[in-house]
Amino acid sequence: MSAFPNTSTVQTQSVPTWRQKDAKPFVQIEQITKQFGQFTAVNSVSLDIYRNELFCLLGGSGSGKSTLLRMLAGFEEPTSGRILIDGVDMTGIPPWERPVNMMFQSYALFPHLSVEANVAFGLKREGLKSAEVNKRVAEILGMVQLGHLAKRKPHMLSGGQRQRVALARSLVKRPKLLLLDEPLGALDKKLREETQFELMRLQDELGITFIVVTHDQEEAMTLATRIGVMNNGDIVQTAEPHEVYEYPQNRFVAEFIGNVNLFDGTVMDEERDSTTIRSSDIDGLLKVDHGISGAPNQNVSVAIRPEKIRISREPIDLAVNATTGVISDVAYMGSQSIFKVRLNSGKEIRITQPNVSREMGNRLTWEDRVFLSWGADSCVVLVA
Amino acid sequence: MLSKLRLGRMAVILVPMLWLAAFFFIPFLVVFKISLAEAMIAVPPYSPLLQWDSSNAYLTFKVTFGNYLYLFESRFYLDAYLSSLKIAAISTFFALLIGFPIAYLIARSRPTMRTILLALVILPFWTSFLLRVYAWMALLKKNGLVNDFLLATGIIDQPIQILQTDFAVYLGIVYTYLPFMILPLYTTLEKMDLNLLDAAQDLGAKPYQSFFLVTLPLAKPGIIAGCLLVFIPAVGEYVIPALLGGSDTLMIGRVLWDEFFLNRDWPLASAVAVVMLIVLVGPIMFMRNSNKEAE
Repeated sequence: MSAFPNTSTVQTQSVPTWRQKDAKPFVQIEQITKQFGQFTAVNSVSLDIYRNELFCLLGGSGSGKSTLLRMLAGFEEPTSGRILIDGVDMTGIPPWERPVNMMFQSYALFPHLSVEANVAFGLKREGLKSAEVNKRVAEILGMVQLGHLAKRKPHMLSGGQRQRVALARSLVKRPKLLLLDEPLGALDKKLREETQFELMRLQDELGITFIVVTHDQEEAMTLATRIGVMNNGDIVQTAEPHEVYEYPQNRFVAEFIGNVNLFDGTVMDEERDSTTIRSSDIDGLLKVDHGISGAPNQNVSVAIRPEKIRISREPIDLAVNATTGVISDVAYMGSQSIFKVRLNSGKEIRITQPNVSREMGNRLTWEDRVFLSWGADSCVVLVA
Repeated sequence: MLSKLRLGRMAVILVPMLWLAAFFFIPFLVVFKISLAEAMIAVPPYSPLLQWDSSNAYLTFKVTFGNYLYLFESRFYLDAYLSSLKIAAISTFFALLIGFPIAYLIARSRPTMRTILLALVILPFWTSFLLRVYAWMALLKKNGLVNDFLLATGIIDQPIQILQTDFAVYLGIVYTYLPFMILPLYTTLEKMDLNLLDAAQDLGAKPYQSFFLVTLPLAKPGIIAGCLLVFIPAVGEYVIPALLGGSDTLMIGRVLWDEFFLNRDWPLASAVAVVMLIVLVGPIMFMRNSNKEAE
């Protein structure tokens, strides 16, 4: 397996489908709400997913992402709203008649059946001839490199092998849409990384649309064509991974994905392509290179990622986007170091710096007074 | 150190071993010994195994297989065995048919409800078994509650004979042993991962298919355990056929009782018991094998 994922497919297509104005969505989720008694698990979610996408629903526990997935599979009926798959309204269609397969978080392999029989289970329900069933089972087991374990029972397999059986079982019916519930959650870190690339390879080869539910933001970043971030039953942002990271639309997304420093402030001046904000957190002015179309004197937050802040012992003479503080903590991580800097306002912020040099001598350390600065293009203003 | 450890282990196993030896193996040997004797009018009513004739200094060791030969030659005993096995098998089948949905329902109900339902299953044990069978006699007799109800609703126009029929015996056995069917079934069904049913449906199985292809195979250990727990005591059942059955209800437990207390033929009764035990070893071995397979 190559160490680098094959991402060329996304890049060679001139414009991804989800950015084309007139593209027809493959999965249409329209105003879906699901209530369990008084509790609203999914709150009027609308979402379009396009053919061949690897869409990640990302959120913490209780965010409604699994409920949404179960409604796509047909295990739960929405309280209101509807789901269309390939143009067909799924309302009232039971799971066994949907062109959808699911890979369960617990894998849900049938313990009384061999690997082979587990994979053949779905094909037999279609009434295929046994020769055809055997051919397709062998084919898919070869694809996930499990041909030699076909006769084993699930309890005789390792966690990683079980995961691949579950994947093979859900792929063998060639569904239009594959749903994956925390597909890598039960694997250890190294295996998880390998399997991520494996998933992307399979998705690319088979041309099946994937919807993946995960709570792991790194997993979503690596796998997804687009990410839908969920919180309290709502989708709070839908965007490509780099957009979600670099241009979070609200405080929740900024804080949930990666680490972020947030400065609270008031809008002083706003033009079409710049906004000036006074923040007591940095005891100065922030200048951002985009407009926010909000009222003056509005209270906003400005988000800056830890790796986008320059840190130095040399004083910087800048009127905006600069401040000073004292290093309160240092963590050496090998490839990078994390500094915690206490600003004069008392606020503590986080800065990461790549360890470009091997020399330890002149490193920044505890109690150093440092000067911080960042570019106007590194900041995002968050209104919500 | 090692010997101490082994000694400790031995001591732990020793207690149940002694218990089994004292209350199962030694009594079985006694019964087996009596089955090799001849019946006689004496106390105890059978010939001794060893006899010391002091005048001639003879030690006589007398064993007869006549009782066993008699069992196999007489059509009556063979019929009694077969009839017992038949009644036990049919009762077990109906206990499974009734017990499975009950166990399924309990296993799928909410945890608080589960405790209550399980308590209800066990509740009849608080009343003596004998009393409950007597209660059935009162219910099933000519002017009993069941006949009264059927007459009142106009389903029948004169009382029907329920008591002292095979039907009453089946009813009694199924009623009595149903908890022994439900409890092991409940245990296996409760352990089942419900995601498996979702997975089956997701792969295209309709609900009845996922029941037969997933639920039922996974409940197999419970089905086997439940069936044996009903079947084995039902084969040797005495009280139910004696109280609810007719004079023509032939069961080996009743035969045994009659040989023992009416005919005072202890050796033949013992032979009947030994053969019954051997007959029941078959299903017990079957359970052992299927358990091993499941592991």
